[in-house]
Amino acid sequence: MTRTLVVVGHGMVGHRLVEALREKDVTDQWRVVVFAEETRPAYDRVALSSYVDNWDAGSLSLAPHDDDAVTLHLDDKVVHIDRDDKVVRTTKGRVQPYDALVLATGSVPFVPPVPGRDLPGCHVYRTIDDLDGIRRTVESARAAGRHAGMVLGGGLLGLEAANALRGMGISPHVVELGPRLMPLQVDEGGGGLLKRLVEKLDLTVHTGTSASSIEQDGERLIAKLSNGVELDLDVVVFSAGIRPRDELARSFGLTVGERGGIIVDKACRTSDEHIYAIGECANLDGMVYGLVAPGYSMAEVVADRLLGGAAEFPGADMSTKLKLLGVDVASFGDAHAKQEGALEVVVNDAVAGTYAKVVVSDDAKTLLGGILVGDASKYMSLRPLVGRPVPGDPVALIGPEGGVELTLPHDAQVCSCHAVTKQQIVDVVNSGEAVDVPGIKACTKAGTGCGSCVPMLKKLLSECGIEQSRALCEHFDHSRADLFEIVRSTGVTTFTDLITRHGRGLGCDICKPAVASILASLDNGHVLEGEQATLQDTNDRFLANMQRNGTYSVVPRIPGGEITPEKLIVIGEVARDFGLYTKITGGQRIDLFGATVDQLPEIWKRLVDAGFESGHAYGKALRTVKSCVGTTWCRYGVQDSVSLAIELELRYRGLRSPHKLKSAVSGCARECAEARGKDFGIIATENGWNLYVGGNGGFTPRHADLIASDVDTETLIKLIDRFLMFYIRTADRLQRTSTWIESLEGGLDHLRDVIVHDSLGICADLEAAMAKHVDNYHDEWRGVLEDPEKLSRFTSFVNAPGTPDPTISFREERGQKVPVLLGVPTVGQAEVSR
Amino acid sequence: MTPVCELSALQPDRGVAALLPDGSQVAVFLTSAGTVHALGNIDPFSGAAVMSRGIVGDRGGVPVVVSPVYKQAFELSTGKCLDDPSTGVPVHPVVVTDGVIQVGSP
Repeated sequence: MTRTLVVVGHGMVGHRLVEALREKDVTDQWRVVVFAEETRPAYDRVALSSYVDNWDAGSLSLAPHDDDAVTLHLDDKVVHIDRDDKVVRTTKGRVQPYDALVLATGSVPFVPPVPGRDLPGCHVYRTIDDLDGIRRTVESARAAGRHAGMVLGGGLLGLEAANALRGMGISPHVVELGPRLMPLQVDEGGGGLLKRLVEKLDLTVHTGTSASSIEQDGERLIAKLSNGVELDLDVVVFSAGIRPRDELARSFGLTVGERGGIIVDKACRTSDEHIYAIGECANLDGMVYGLVAPGYSMAEVVADRLLGGAAEFPGADMSTKLKLLGVDVASFGDAHAKQEGALEVVVNDAVAGTYAKVVVSDDAKTLLGGILVGDASKYMSLRPLVGRPVPGDPVALIGPEGGVELTLPHDAQVCSCHAVTKQQIVDVVNSGEAVDVPGIKACTKAGTGCGSCVPMLKKLLSECGIEQSRALCEHFDHSRADLFEIVRSTGVTTFTDLITRHGRGLGCDICKPAVASILASLDNGHVLEGEQATLQDTNDRFLANMQRNGTYSVVPRIPGGEITPEKLIVIGEVARDFGLYTKITGGQRIDLFGATVDQLPEIWKRLVDAGFESGHAYGKALRTVKSCVGTTWCRYGVQDSVSLAIELELRYRGLRSPHKLKSAVSGCARECAEARGKDFGIIATENGWNLYVGGNGGFTPRHADLIASDVDTETLIKLIDRFLMFYIRTADRLQRTSTWIESLEGGLDHLRDVIVHDSLGICADLEAAMAKHVDNYHDEWRGVLEDPEKLSRFTSFVNAPGTPDPTISFREERGQKVPVLLGVPTVGQAEVSR
Repeated sequence: MTPVCELSALQPDRGVAALLPDGSQVAVFLTSAGTVHALGNIDPFSGAAVMSRGIVGDRGGVPVVVSPVYKQAFELSTGKCLDDPSTGVPVHPVVVTDGVIQVGSP
């Protein structure tokens, strides 16, 4: 018989419990009723500060429970538990019996009892609504030309809140009572470096002090710190820790801890055997865990128990690795060397801005813990070794290059979000179930949480002997990026030269177009010049898009989607005179279908004479830069999006790339141009432009990520120059910008380091390469029309130029011509002849 | 045999289409090794007369042309489709006489 589980609270942990139970409960023993106080379903609170990037609450959503066995009541708080009759009541008057009850009520922010803490302009940092409130305060202050803020709390949450304020254009003061930032996670040396690194971002750090009062001063706030400092402020955010929400448990007689938290045993059961508590509201062995991973473990334990299992909370790994304000911070194991006799080994490189410490046992044989600041790349290999023998000299673990090669023990946890061990991953690889990272993700869930273990997954694949071959095809052992560098550095200008010197065989439909694209990116003349013509794929061969019946479509460039009535009439006349099917594209241009090879030059002669040029709809190249109407017309626009879109489209027109490139510019945050669905999208702000990269539509739609905000037009163009050239040089064949960014070691952060902070010192070179492209641009179709040799190739039949292909015929649909579907011959050579 | 064009009109690895008296079409290729091939111009997978516009190269050392529509490879010397050996395109006999390419019936 079906039993009823009632879950109180729909945060990340409550959500995980429902998912875990429904996945394990294959015989539908339980139906689940969830009551949530918030008006929106569970969202990714860990990523809360990213909400500031786009103010799109949807982007934080967790997967909805698409399941008839689960009922979710939002905005309906449980206010009463009748433990004898096993029934809960809610604010909306619902009465719900339960067989088991799980409290996942989470926590509330701790607000220290500072006088003035309730004044307008004071906020906490916990929910999407909190951030909306902070935004309103910040916007009204900015409207008055002011932008001073303070975050009370310099721990993990405090720095998250500071990051969110920075996203709103405020460089806040951060006030921490402890002697350093993140006192729980890092030591004095690490905290010192962390302070130095975040102060470079215009944050002001006050440690060893607290706010003694906050007072209203007209429209502003004055905060007095206990060290005598006075700060004039517009917004104050309290982010000084959390307190478990245990009031419901308290009111109905469940045992709670002295310092709060619902007391639970290792099965996460409270003092009532039918009631469980999980996540930040639970108190297990005197500990309240404020991280999501232990909460997830508790959810898994309860799901197992509900189905008759005997799972126990395994104890939590409080290790942390995160990037706060662009700074890597990691802390694991006995980071503060509390164990008796523990020894610390420190490598503090003030020049590079990195701090690393490992803690080992008194005999230097066992790794106990460590701290990494500035560069946490070693975290993934060090954390699993905690409690295990140190391989070699401890200093070699954190020393510069030439350190020891670490091999993970088999039972080491690789993915802490989903508790996946190395053994589980190795098993699915060795059994052949997974042969690459996406396969491992599908089989084990490893790497699908925070994603920090993905580099380790790649390492494990190669440990298992799976070569992630980068060879382009059977003719070249090099990746596209390698070939690009070969062509660039050797100055090779023909495919024949390249394959003779660096490859084998005759080439194929993979390497020929790839090399053609590389040659074109490096400005080696017209794409149909000489041997290059033989390398071009389907569309590029006739500079038009081949359709299913072998005819072509033609797309003239309409920069930014802006077009005069005269030019629009020319397009209409050309379409009418050549009988072309006409359709508006998604990229704000016009596509003319049904042209034969012989017609293409005649059509383009008319278009070029009227001032049109190739739209490169046929190429792996920049396609369009869409725009909304912007400030010129729109009542809401804050920048001139059309002018920028035209400038960008004219700048990058004709740029050949590993895959097609699309862009858009929106004149305000309403985003009418859908810029976040583009490889590079620009959204206007009141102070300039926000640049987003790595978006696309298509098979796997993806929103672009913010890489730079509030930049002026000159800076914006520099950043896009660098982004595009870096992509063109290093991406694989047919790799869109989104997957390219994912494939970069360090992902978006690394990309930002390279193109914004010039960490590789190549920005000047990338800009020069783009300048060369801009200077050398020529319209490809004009190039064909001006060259009789190229023109002569646009014939249907070498022995009967101008004779229409007899297999092509059209019928009419809604007043336009469309292809008559070709009879596709079945099989067998004999049947193919006509 | 139908004269189609002068050999010098062909660029290596860049096919051309020709119309035969019976209304059928051939795709004529000059390879970089100097051999001339004539195959049926109709791609059996799409029905479009476009084989002449495919990329010429090799697969595992076998000279092929790749259909520009759905990218199946066809062996230049036999017309056999390497991706689906049950199908293929017809092979026409070719001779070059006095610098002129002549194509026959399959």
